[in-house]
Amino acid sequence: MSDDLKDKHGTTGHSWDGIEELNTPLPRWWLYTFYICIVWGIIYTILYPAWPLVNRATAGVLGYSTRGEVAEQIAEVEAANAGINQRLAEAELTAISADPELNQYAVSAGASVFQTWCAQCHGSGAAGATGYPNLLDDDWLWGGSIEDIHYTVTHGIRNEDDFDARYSQMPAFGADELLEGGQIDAVVNYVMSLSGTPQDAGLVEEGAVVFEENCSSCHGVDGTGDREQGAPNLTDAIWLYGGDYAAIHETVENARFGVMPNWGSRLSEAQIRAVASYVHQLGGGE
Amino acid sequence: MGILDKHKFLEKNATLLLAGSFLVVTIGGIVEIAPLFYLENTIEDVEGMRPYTPLELAGRDIYIREGCYVCHSQMIRPMRDEVERYGHYSLAAESKYDRPFQWGSKRTGPDLARVGGRYSDEWHVDHLTDPQSVVPESVMPKYGFLLNRSIEGEYISDEMGTHALLGVPYSAEMVENGQADFLAQADPDSDYDGLLERYGEDSVNVRNFDGEAGVSEMDALVAYLQMLGTLVDFSTFYPDESR
Repeated sequence: MSDDLKDKHGTTGHSWDGIEELNTPLPRWWLYTFYICIVWGIIYTILYPAWPLVNRATAGVLGYSTRGEVAEQIAEVEAANAGINQRLAEAELTAISADPELNQYAVSAGASVFQTWCAQCHGSGAAGATGYPNLLDDDWLWGGSIEDIHYTVTHGIRNEDDFDARYSQMPAFGADELLEGGQIDAVVNYVMSLSGTPQDAGLVEEGAVVFEENCSSCHGVDGTGDREQGAPNLTDAIWLYGGDYAAIHETVENARFGVMPNWGSRLSEAQIRAVASYVHQLGGGE
Repeated sequence: MGILDKHKFLEKNATLLLAGSFLVVTIGGIVEIAPLFYLENTIEDVEGMRPYTPLELAGRDIYIREGCYVCHSQMIRPMRDEVERYGHYSLAAESKYDRPFQWGSKRTGPDLARVGGRYSDEWHVDHLTDPQSVVPESVMPKYGFLLNRSIEGEYISDEMGTHALLGVPYSAEMVENGQADFLAQADPDSDYDGLLERYGEDSVNVRNFDGEAGVSEMDALVAYLQMLGTLVDFSTFYPDESR
């Protein structure tokens, strides 16, 4: 042990088998930082919610709360957009695209609504997936005008929550024994022939008769579908569940249909109009 | 420096040091934890909370078994970006029947606190079976095997009894009808009036969640997911700002 240091600071008085402990003070910078932290800690507990008392904790003189802050931030954004949102909510649906300022706002706001609420099913690029319609093309199940899209988004499709949801149901022709196996085989081949090559061309003629009697009331005599009932166009080679023999057979046998939530209960009118405008301008809007 | 001299005595006696350390940690723990049990503003009273139905409870067990919580949190924090993306921030009362809670702090996937009703049952089945079929950029593993594992709920009443012991308000009637309610919720053709009466008409979804006959683990998990975050009636909720 250096005697210089021992003389300068002394020892703590501890001694283990003759080994003594120097009483060197803590570095000044460290010590002052420590004191500042203590002072800061006391001030913090006065300014912000901290000490638990009998019924509640102290609220702090600043009156800060995370809930208050988030409410404030949301109110601020809402106030900033209130004017244009009101314009959007009150405009004629068809007039939105004609107003450049309103249209630009609707399409950009709609894009973020889409990414948040719609992309999970329809894809982040709106190209859909098997069972979830592609929104980029000209093929619409329930109509592609801005009014139709607005209605679909507001009320949804085949959900139980909205009385006005779009609704239709294809019968399960096989599972419910409405058609026999051979008839289904034939009609599947006929449907394939409408837009491409059937698996068995010899069955197409028989299939046409089955189609005429069982399918044409919804899908139309020529198979071009009916938007009033959400019946897909079968002649355009655009398939929701796949266009090969197995996929079409499965649809005729067991029937398939999608469900879409009613966004009217979750989104504001301005948000719905924004996302409808976004979807409408993607390429297929009518 | 009388007290510092006594400190030496404490330092040299290992048993006393242990007892002393324990005392300090206990005091610290009580000061931090105990107020949460009595402060009025820690858990707010909200309308609509109910215990999980038997099928949802089984779904929650599957959620935990499969480690969903490793990638998905169930707590929407009070921040603008979270509230705009997921919905109203989570309340303590919303996880008061959770043992253990599923808040989490790791989000590889999105928060699921309010996923209920956001997507269709079909979407959940498609997505759990093959996540990339609907979300190509997803890194979620496939859980299609849930469809093939049928469950009968024969032990669900025992589990509900355990939860009741821990303070979840399952009535004797709920526990007794556990298995019947379990099966009824996944079968819209069954007699499910008792289930609705016990758990609430508006908050219980009775559907064939997976679209297949019988009750599978997929039914249970989708039933659980579809109720997440849907119970509290926010039209009657006024936030206590001092929380």
